[in-house]
Amino acid sequence: MENSTKDHAELAQDFNRDEDRVNWHDETLWFIRQKRDKTAHQIPEWEALREAASQIKNNVLSNLHNYLVLFEKNAVTNGIVVHWAADASEHNKIVHKLISEANVNRMVKSKSMLTEECGLNEYLAEHGIEVIDSDLGERIVQLAEEPPSHIVLPCIHKKKEEIGEIFHKHLGIEANISDPQFLTETARGHLREIFLTRKVALTGVNFAIAETGEFVVCTNEGNADMGAHLADVHIASMGIEKLIPERKHLGVFLRLLTRSATGQPITTYSSHFKKPRDGKKMHVILVDNGRTVQLGRKDFRNSLKCIRCAACMNTCPVYRRSGGHSYHTAVAGPIGSILAPNLDMKKYADLPFASTLCGSCSNVCPVKIDIHEQLYKWRQVLVKNGYAPAAKKVGMQLMTWTLSSPGFYHTVGKVGRLVMKHAPFAVNNKLNPWFKQRDMPYPPAESFNEWYAKNEGKTHR
Amino acid sequence: MKVGLFIPCYVDQFYPNAAIATLRLLQKLGVEVVYPSKQTCCGQPMANSGFEHLTKRCNELFIENFEEFDYIVAPSGSCVLHIRDHLHDDKNPEAAKRISHKIYELTAFLTGVLKVKSLAAKFPYRVGIHQSCHGQRGLHISSMTELVSPEFSKPNSLLNMVQDIELIHLDRKDECCGFGGTFCVTEEAVSVKMGKDRVEDHLKHGAEYITGVDMSCMMHMEGILKRLGSKVKVIHIAEILNAE
Repeated sequence: MENSTKDHAELAQDFNRDEDRVNWHDETLWFIRQKRDKTAHQIPEWEALREAASQIKNNVLSNLHNYLVLFEKNAVTNGIVVHWAADASEHNKIVHKLISEANVNRMVKSKSMLTEECGLNEYLAEHGIEVIDSDLGERIVQLAEEPPSHIVLPCIHKKKEEIGEIFHKHLGIEANISDPQFLTETARGHLREIFLTRKVALTGVNFAIAETGEFVVCTNEGNADMGAHLADVHIASMGIEKLIPERKHLGVFLRLLTRSATGQPITTYSSHFKKPRDGKKMHVILVDNGRTVQLGRKDFRNSLKCIRCAACMNTCPVYRRSGGHSYHTAVAGPIGSILAPNLDMKKYADLPFASTLCGSCSNVCPVKIDIHEQLYKWRQVLVKNGYAPAAKKVGMQLMTWTLSSPGFYHTVGKVGRLVMKHAPFAVNNKLNPWFKQRDMPYPPAESFNEWYAKNEGKTHR
Repeated sequence: MKVGLFIPCYVDQFYPNAAIATLRLLQKLGVEVVYPSKQTCCGQPMANSGFEHLTKRCNELFIENFEEFDYIVAPSGSCVLHIRDHLHDDKNPEAAKRISHKIYELTAFLTGVLKVKSLAAKFPYRVGIHQSCHGQRGLHISSMTELVSPEFSKPNSLLNMVQDIELIHLDRKDECCGFGGTFCVTEEAVSVKMGKDRVEDHLKHGAEYITGVDMSCMMHMEGILKRLGSKVKVIHIAEILNAE
């Protein structure tokens, strides 16, 4: 997928070939958006909570250096080994080194979008290390050899029948089983063996607390805990923006995170990791990978407030109808579309345009990131940096000439309407993407401007 | 009070009836309305496509045409939002700022400035209202389902003054229709699918007309309705508020 040459529009068009599937995908995610609305509306102070979370994160971003140093100091005091990774490559090398030091060639990993962003699984596979993802959804897409399509619900694009098929092929169950209970039990049995035998476990980090040097991992399945508690070595990978100043701030975020994500009041497990058990090792890798560059972009820095709840994906009418894979990046949807161009403008130049700028994403965001406004601003940056398609540039220039001169505009309008009326084939053809599935508006005999001159001429200027 | 009437380019060219209804409605309410004939476009088509740097002349024209008025009113939420958020002129920054404060979307002007309490309109049909995103989420002319805040709707409060109208309920009352400016052609597949789904919600609940504050969304949904062979029509809210 990462190597696909198709852009979002083309991948979305592919996704839309099966309309029933689009409907199913849309309705599944809309159901989650509705659950989110219901639970948010049960909290009278919801908007104040969002504001508090936003301000806490703003404070973190403005003082990131100090909080990172403080976190490192406290974590080290607690007995955690802290590593710093400037980019994805450094991160992957550190993980590889830690696995090698443990003298093993396999690892269990709970959900971590950062490791998806860094391409960790592929890197380790190339170095002969087997990684098994223990989050149910991630395990499914891993068996299907696909990337996650959603940051909270990695296999939301798969129907239960398809999951049954994957388990039939890889986990040896009978064919044609689609009972969710049975499938979950199957995965559970399969993963128990993994948890019991892996000596190294990697988890993500939802929040790291500068004041105490501890970190918090939120899961519904408890899989992060199973992996980390049974292993000798626990590696936690985190983006440097995951910090919060003090433990008391956690309440604000835990109340917002899962309500925004799935409509649950809280994750089933919100596990605090503060120090290694006797004889065991705990490592934290602090990863930059472009985050400090984004921090330096005035218009885009507050995208780093993101707590990865995916509410913006669930609400996005484009995401629901194009699927996560159409974004061809680890973090899909509206938030991914403002994060990805920071990493590679050329590769992700299409993403900020995969939006109608409807603004629903900004409204559901629990940390009040102005996502749709950043999409608009990224468009300006991308065009200025030369990433606009040539045909679009020509079209925009023609439109500008027309709209910059009242006389020319009225002439073009009149001629255009006459052509549409008397030679409709000039616009009603397959070269016109509007006409493919929509009729053109009927051209009226006169524009409002012409009508006004005739009927209200006395006040006409 | 002197009001400058801003008619967006595509309304001027394709939906003159929406513009005429806006003019007549304001006149009926006793407002002195002037339509400056040298206006063209707010510049949004270029700006939303990433070409804001090409909108210089559009911005200058807008200021030349509308600076003199007490208020500027337009039958569009989207174009008004663009002017409010993005109108600028390096040579005349103050004028641009003044305009962005005195430009109103029609229903916001009727409810907020004129404080209309009753209308003489009659429209005996079942009507679905499409909440155009820029008017709703950008200009806050209605409450939004995502936010925990009191419910209100400026367009609905006006439609409720219309005699014999029946406003229908929708399953998704503020989902985007998928027009999105150049998005409607650059992301044709998703745009059409979004439009089909929006239209279906109105059809399912028995709408005879779909209305809203933005003709651009209506144009997109009209294109889909016509292709489906549906008899359901789109109509700008001004035409309903002005219907007799």
